[in-house]
This record gives sequence, C-alpha cells and structure tokens, in this order.
Amino acid sequence: MTWETVIGLETHVELATKTKIFCSCTTQFGGAPNTHCCPVCTGMPGALPVLNEKVLEFAVKAALALNCTVTRYSKFDRKNYFYPDLPKAYQISQLYLPIARDGRVEVDAPSGPCTVGIHELHMEEDAGKLVHDPWLDQTRADYNRCGVPLIEIVTQPDFRSADQVIAYLELLKETLQYLGVSDCKMQEGSLRCDVNLSVRPLGSEALGTRTEMKNLSSFKAIARAIDYEARRQIELIQEGKRVVQETRRWDENKDATYAMRSKENAQDYRYFPEPDLPPVQLSEDYVASLRAAQPELAAEKRARYQADYGLPSYHCQMITSDRILARFFEDLVALGTPPKQGANWIMGEVLGALSAKGMNPGDMKLSAATLARLIALVEEGRLNRNTAVKVFEAVFDDDGDVETYVRDHGLEQVRDTGLVEAAVARALEANPQSVTDFRSGKEKAFGFLVGQVMRELKGKADPKLVNELLHRVLQGS
Amino acid sequence: MKITTELVDYISQLSRLSLPEEEKEAMAAQLERIVAYMDLLSQLDTTGIEPMSHVFPVKNVLRPDVAEPSLDRAALLANAPARDGEMFLTPKSVE
Amino acid sequence: MELSKLTALELGAAIHRGDVSIPQAAQAALDAIGAQGGALNCYLTVTGEQTLARAEQLQKGLKHARSPLYGVPMAWKDNICTKGVRTTCASRILGDFAPPYDATAVERLEAAGALSLGKLNMDEFAMGSTSETSCFGPVRNPWDLTRSPGGSSGGAAAAVAAGLGWYAVGSDTGGSIRQPAAYCGVTGIKPTYGTVSRYGLIAYASSLDQMGPLGRDAADCAAVLDLLQGRDRRDATSLDGDYGGLLSSLTGDVRGLSVGVPMECFGEGLDGEVRRAVLAAAEVLKGRGARVAELSFPVLKYAVPAYYIIASAEASSNLSRYDGVKYGWRAQDYDDLTDLYTKTRTQGFGLEAKRRILLGTFVLSSGYYDAYYKKALQVKAAIKAAFDRAFHQCDLLLTPVAPTTAPKLGENLGDPLNMYLSDIYTVSVNLAGLPGLSMPCGFDSKGMPIGAQLIGPHFGEGKLLNAAHAFQMDTDYHRQTPEGGERA
Repeated sequence: MTWETVIGLETHVELATKTKIFCSCTTQFGGAPNTHCCPVCTGMPGALPVLNEKVLEFAVKAALALNCTVTRYSKFDRKNYFYPDLPKAYQISQLYLPIARDGRVEVDAPSGPCTVGIHELHMEEDAGKLVHDPWLDQTRADYNRCGVPLIEIVTQPDFRSADQVIAYLELLKETLQYLGVSDCKMQEGSLRCDVNLSVRPLGSEALGTRTEMKNLSSFKAIARAIDYEARRQIELIQEGKRVVQETRRWDENKDATYAMRSKENAQDYRYFPEPDLPPVQLSEDYVASLRAAQPELAAEKRARYQADYGLPSYHCQMITSDRILARFFEDLVALGTPPKQGANWIMGEVLGALSAKGMNPGDMKLSAATLARLIALVEEGRLNRNTAVKVFEAVFDDDGDVETYVRDHGLEQVRDTGLVEAAVARALEANPQSVTDFRSGKEKAFGFLVGQVMRELKGKADPKLVNELLHRVLQGS
Repeated sequence: MKITTELVDYISQLSRLSLPEEEKEAMAAQLERIVAYMDLLSQLDTTGIEPMSHVFPVKNVLRPDVAEPSLDRAALLANAPARDGEMFLTPKSVE
Repeated sequence: MELSKLTALELGAAIHRGDVSIPQAAQAALDAIGAQGGALNCYLTVTGEQTLARAEQLQKGLKHARSPLYGVPMAWKDNICTKGVRTTCASRILGDFAPPYDATAVERLEAAGALSLGKLNMDEFAMGSTSETSCFGPVRNPWDLTRSPGGSSGGAAAAVAAGLGWYAVGSDTGGSIRQPAAYCGVTGIKPTYGTVSRYGLIAYASSLDQMGPLGRDAADCAAVLDLLQGRDRRDATSLDGDYGGLLSSLTGDVRGLSVGVPMECFGEGLDGEVRRAVLAAAEVLKGRGARVAELSFPVLKYAVPAYYIIASAEASSNLSRYDGVKYGWRAQDYDDLTDLYTKTRTQGFGLEAKRRILLGTFVLSSGYYDAYYKKALQVKAAIKAAFDRAFHQCDLLLTPVAPTTAPKLGENLGDPLNMYLSDIYTVSVNLAGLPGLSMPCGFDSKGMPIGAQLIGPHFGEGKLLNAAHAFQMDTDYHRQTPEGGERA
C-alpha cells in the first residue's frame, strides 16, 4: 500500500517589538535572569495587562502578508494551566475571536508547488524559561521571556511532505523578516514550530489519528522528525496497532520522537474572555493604511529582478533571501551600478566575505556607496578587476574610502599610452624568442608577452590597452 | 445536575486542590445545591442576546511601544519562598 | 475637641486651621486602635512608627496642602497593594507578601496627603459576606461584638464605625463595600466600574471588582472619590468619571429628582424593620422635593446565580497564580511539582475560597461552559439592559442593601447558599457596572444599623452622593456611634 503523510503546522513567532506585549519591559534577548521583569509580566497580585500597539500592528501586517482576513473585532482570552514558566497560571491568548483567519500562501517546494491554507493567526504572550539544575535536582525559573509578544500561525493540514513544510517555513521566515515584524532566529527561539502529523492510505479522504511533535529547534530537526514520525505511524498501522493521539517530543540526539507524559496530554484549558483587556476594533482605514505600507516581499522582488534586470534566477534567489542584502543590491542599482555587475559582486565577493567571516548581511559595515564607487572605478577602466578585489578586501571590514585606498597604494591603472608603449618596447626587446614564436603562429606567446608588459607596469596597466598596443606593434612591424 | 465525587476530583485536579475524603462528599453536596440554584438561569430566554464580557463598549486601549525600567531583581525575588539570588526555584519541572 | 466624633472633612479642616496637628490626630487614632482594635479584630497590620513618621512629614508640608483630606488618618483594605507593607488578602497563602509596588489608588491618595494607619481585615480574597472567612479570624461588629460587621470589607466598615480611622478604602465585587457599610452604620460607595483604577487591587473577579471609600457620611465619600477616580494608563479598563468635583457639587437639592423603588426588592425575604426603614428614607427624600415612584424589575432574581457563576469563574483563574513559587506561602514536605502546587493551595486557601475556585473551575470546564458561563454573560447583558430601561424612567433607584441587619457570627458559615442569597440587592449593580451607595437609614429593635442603597446610572456618582447628602441633612443616623460591647 502507498501511504500519504498529512501535516499541519503551528508556528510561534516572537515579534520584534521593543517592549513586551502587556508591559513596558524590554524584549531584548540574553539579559541576566529575571532582570527584564515587572509586576505585570511576573503575575504579581494586583498587576494588570495593557496591550502594546506595536504588537497589534505587527500581527495585522503579518496577517495581510499571509493573505488572511483581518478580524475587525478581536478579543483576548485566558488559557488556564499550571506550569512554573507561566507565572499567572494562565496565558493571555486568543481563542474565540483571533486577529486573523483564512489566509493562504503559495509555496514552491522542490517536489512541486503547493497551496497552504492558513487557518488562523492570533496574538499571545510567551512563557518564561526553565533551567534544570541536575546537581540540586531542582528547576530554576527565569521570567525574562514572559510576556514577549508572539503570533501563532496555524495552517490547514495541507502539507504532504517534509520538503513542503521546509519550503513553507523558509517563505514564512523570509516574509516576516521582510515585514520587519520578527527576526525569526530559531537559535534564539524566536521562531518555533509544532508539527501535527497523521498518515492515511493514498487516495483516502479520511484523516488518520494525528500526533503533535514539539521541541523542534531547527529546519533540519523538523525534516527528520517528520520522516521519523511518518515511518513510525505507518509501521504501527502495518503491525495492526493503532496510532494514539498524543504529544510527542523530538529527541535530537536519539533521532526519535517519544510520548510526553499522558498527564500533559489531557488538558482542559478553561478558556474564557480576558476581563482585564478591552476588545480591539480595527477600522477599515487602519487596515488599509497597513496594507498600503506593506513592503515589496521577496517573491515580488525576485520576479522584478528577473524581468527588469535579466538576472539569473539563482542570483535573484540568493540576493532576496535576506531583506538587508536585497536592500543593499537595490541601493547599488540606485547609485548607478549596472545591475548585473552589482549582482556579480554580491554573489561573489560580498557573500564570500560574509561566509568567510561567519557574518549575516545585517552585521556588514560595507556600504552600498563604497561598493558602487569601487565597481565604477572598474567600469571606468581605472582599476582592473583583480586589483579591485584586493581593494574590496581592504575596505570591507570598516567601509574604508576606496579612492583614498587606491591613491595611497598607487593602485590606479596606467592608462598613459606613452608609458605602456615604452613598457611594450622593453618587453619585446627582452624577449626576442617570444616575438619570433608569435610571428611563426604560436598564439600562446602573445599571452606571455602581455604578462611581461604587465610585470613591467607592476600589474597596474589597463589590460585592454596593453593588448591593443602589443597587437599594433607586433603586427605593424 | 448531579455533582459526583468523581466530578469533584476532576475539578480539584484541574485546580490543583486536594480535598480530604471526609470533605469531598460535603463539598459535592454543597456544589450540587449551588449549581441547582444556578440552573434558575435556564428559565430566562436569552436567545439572541450577545454574551457580555465587558460592561462598557470601551475598545482599543493601547500602550506605546516604549521601554521603561524593569523591577530591580532583588525586589522581584524578595517574596519568593525559594530563590537563589538570580532565579525562582521549584522542584524538578523539566523533562 | 473629641476627634473621633469628627467626620474626615471636619478633621481635615481642623488640621488645616491648626486646631489639631497631624501627629496628634495620628496618635489619637493609634491609641484608639490600641484600645479597641483587638476586640474588633479589624486591623491586620498597624504601621505605627511609619504612620507617625509620615505624620510629622505631612505636618511640615501642611502649608502647601491642597486636599481637604490632607493629613487625615485612614486605612486600606488588605487586598490593596501597599509598597513594602504586608498585604495578605486575609489569606494564609499570601504569607508575608510585601508588594514591590503601590496600587494606583494608594499613589493617588498619598499624593494628596493621605495618612495610612495600616491594613484592614476582610473575608479571604474578598470572598464572603460576613468577614468570617479571614484566616486571621472574624471581624466583630462594633455595634454588637457577637455579630458580624458584614463583608467582605468588614474590617473597613468596623474601623470607620468605631472611630479607628476617619475613612477607609475597600473593594466591592458583589456588595463588599455597601453591605458592611449598612451593617456598621457608615456610608460607602461602589463607583461606576472602571472609574477607580484596579491596578494594585488584588483581583477576585476582575470584571466586577471596584474600589471605593467607606466614610462617616456622603460628603466624606465624595471627597475621597474625587481623589481616587480617573483613568489610569496601567488599567486598560479604567475610565474618567469626569465629574468636575463631586464634593463641590453637593448641594442637598433634590427637587425634581425621580427615585424609583423596584417592587421586587421589597417582597418576600426582606425583614419588616429593614423594609420600613428603607421606605421611610424614600419619604425623607420626598420631603425635600424628590419624586418617588414604584417600578418593576423582574430580572433581579437572576442576578445572584449569574453573579456567582461569573465571579467564581474569574476567581478560579485569578487565584491560580498562588502556587508557592513566586511569592507567598509554600507548603512543606512535597514530593514533586504537582504535589507542591496541590499541598500549597489545599493548605493555603480557606474553605470558601476553595469552594469558589471549584465552582468557577466547574462552570468553565469543558462541556459546561455554554450552559453556565456563557449563559451567565447573556443574563448579565439582560440585567444591564433592564437597568438601562429603568434609568429612562427615573434618576436613581432606592433599595435595601441587605435583607436583614447584621447576623450573629457563625450563623451563615454552614450554609454557603444562604449566604450567597443575602447578596440579592447588591450583586446586580456590579454585573451592570453601575455606581451604588449605602447609607445608614435607621436602626432595628435590637439597635443594629439599617442601610439603604441608592443605585445610579453609569457615571451617576454625583446624583447618588447628592441624594445621600440631602438625606443626611435631614437625618442623624450617620452621626450615631456605637458604644461597644454586646447586645441581646
């Protein structure tokens, strides 16, 4: 029998606001434990939440980019459960009237395109961090992350393979980064994913019993967990056993999922409307203004770069994979750099330098203006390409001044015909054998002579000019 | 409706409360009387009435995204029954 | 001058004139607490040294004082957060919790020169109608020490009645200011929901809780409310009352005011002496030119069940944070995390709190939400609509506060439903978010005070206080003070 895997995702994304969702504590990552906390986010008796306007704005922006219907009247609800990372013992979330519903995105996976339905998008608060101390066998609670704003994006069960899931997540990450609503750093936990998975015989309409997998901290882990869990479920059914609806945890070290304690599976969250927060009502104008302000997203940029600049699709893909890199490219073009030259430099030198130094585009000091100037020098014939690469390396780290560097190091190309003619003459005189070889038809000898002229001029000669003069002299006499 | 001791056990577990056996029956009986009284509400026809969670039609009460100083950590931890100067301490809570 | 017989405003004026110093007033109050506080059990914390030090400080700033209550000693119900001062909600589970911050109400009153004497006993987490569910033992009624002062702000009402502070700030979720005010013969007002910030009020039922003053008379309450009310950026449900000065608008002129008397509030279950006293109050207002008319309010009977569903549901969630981890008391000898939670909560909460937590958990649990919680929210909407209609017919409603005068201690403990039913006249006001005022309107044959309730439309505080002020111009029930001891 052929089996089909059916997957739905619940993705939690931390929003890139300055402050928490319901209080004015900073959301900065990595502070000393319990130093980004106040009575509100630690659930002190008497403290009350007030919604951060930026959270609302970011949630609506994300919803619009995912083609959701934005709910005009939205409310918060309490989700009640006991756990030491949740100091109020309830999470403020949205169940009955989430901020957005019914979206869809087109995903281009290696195995083919697919359409992913977005069931809903809602706002909620993050929980704290628990650290187990194995020596004392106790748990330590740090509430810095409590109240960091999240959006949870729930898809329909529209995925059939791990590669579709990964392609969706790549697109989601790229989109949210472009919108500036999240940095989506999985290693810092700002993008987290739960995977709901079931299997069924191919062609069957009915859904099988699903399991939910948690603790998936990288795209690689997600792909491996999906493959593992699909295989596990198929094997169970083939052995005549049944899949149990449960939450399973992915163990990265063992490359396997295992069931979490059943107590955590049976939950009755007793949701009810949060009395401390008035509802949110969005005007048409508000939503329209955010829609109008939506930036061009990666897919749109890719199409435009291909159509307008004729860039190869791989270049488009790479350059738009990061919002800052795409911005860098567009700045180059705006400064007059020919798009293809700009793209070549980004694909070669810029990405090469970033990867060699383990940096992200966002960490780069080099400005588009500096690179544009460097490319212009090459285009004007004042610097040859190889020299320009050296200049690039010299100015990359602290955005040094190109002109100054070229001048101080005497790197500008020799374009004085008289100087080049003199060098040509000296080279021919010193290498009579090569001249004879060339004249007897050995083309290779020409290249050797070019090299000799370049050496005479310490590599700074304009290669075009050298070629031209050498030809003239050799053919003319 | 009948409030059984099983139901009392279920809601006790959800509430992280544990009634001694001798209190359970009395609690079940009291809750049953109270719930029976609450069933009075079924006499009022509320068809078409929107449930009212907020008594005033106040909306969109928002706060600017501007950071303010957090609480001093010593003050935050001062009331904790178990703490180590940096964090709150609980029995093992992580799998 | 016998300071304890003065109203808060009279004392404020005496302080302002220099007839009495703030430290003298503070010392007098502390002496009175020392003498009677133990018998009444109304104070849980008395901040003696701190109070005297602040009194000295306030005295120095007297010439810059603007508030008519500057320097007047007062006290807070113990569910209101006071920075660094133990705040217990009269519950074992809060232990020696010392909040790291002040409630907005505390900030506002202290900015106006309020002088706190300490924190007042109450029903545990404000859950109760007799102040007997306190883990620190029951409060006693200064008019008869064998009787309850009412609840849950029983400590506040008893303290004001006995002269152990000139006014107090309490909280009212289903009658917790008005009913003890009635039982102790003082005036109290529960303001329109949202007009006093709840930031720093330890939540019982968030959609119903509201802070308000208890004082010797309506003018004192108006003066306190002028300071307390107003929008607070830390409470998203808070609103501006925009009254333009409640105290300054007290004229006593009620000519043309129409007072509605809901028939449903004067029928079966109401004590005859209470009935007569409240209806007599209507006559007094009539005598000053008000119009009084009967009206019908049939949805009233649904108020108590709807109230207990909503309040318990919210309480079950609000009280979940008490788990022995972040603050408060922690049980000993637990095996694991769940055991720590369960033992802490089982031993830390009293019986009534546990009963309401269980009830609230039940009405929210899977399968029962629609039948109870959602239904109660619909009934709440129906009750609010009924009030809206009533206030098209009249300016204010006049009702009893409670069906009887103060019960004997212990009388209600065994029968929670019976206790809930006694809240019949007060809870609907919280469900609809309205202002409600309780004022002394007589005594029963045993000498116990009787209270009348005035209910107004949203933001109708001015009308309520002015009507009460008019009533108090013609009567002296509010001027009576208990002699202490026990009655037959």
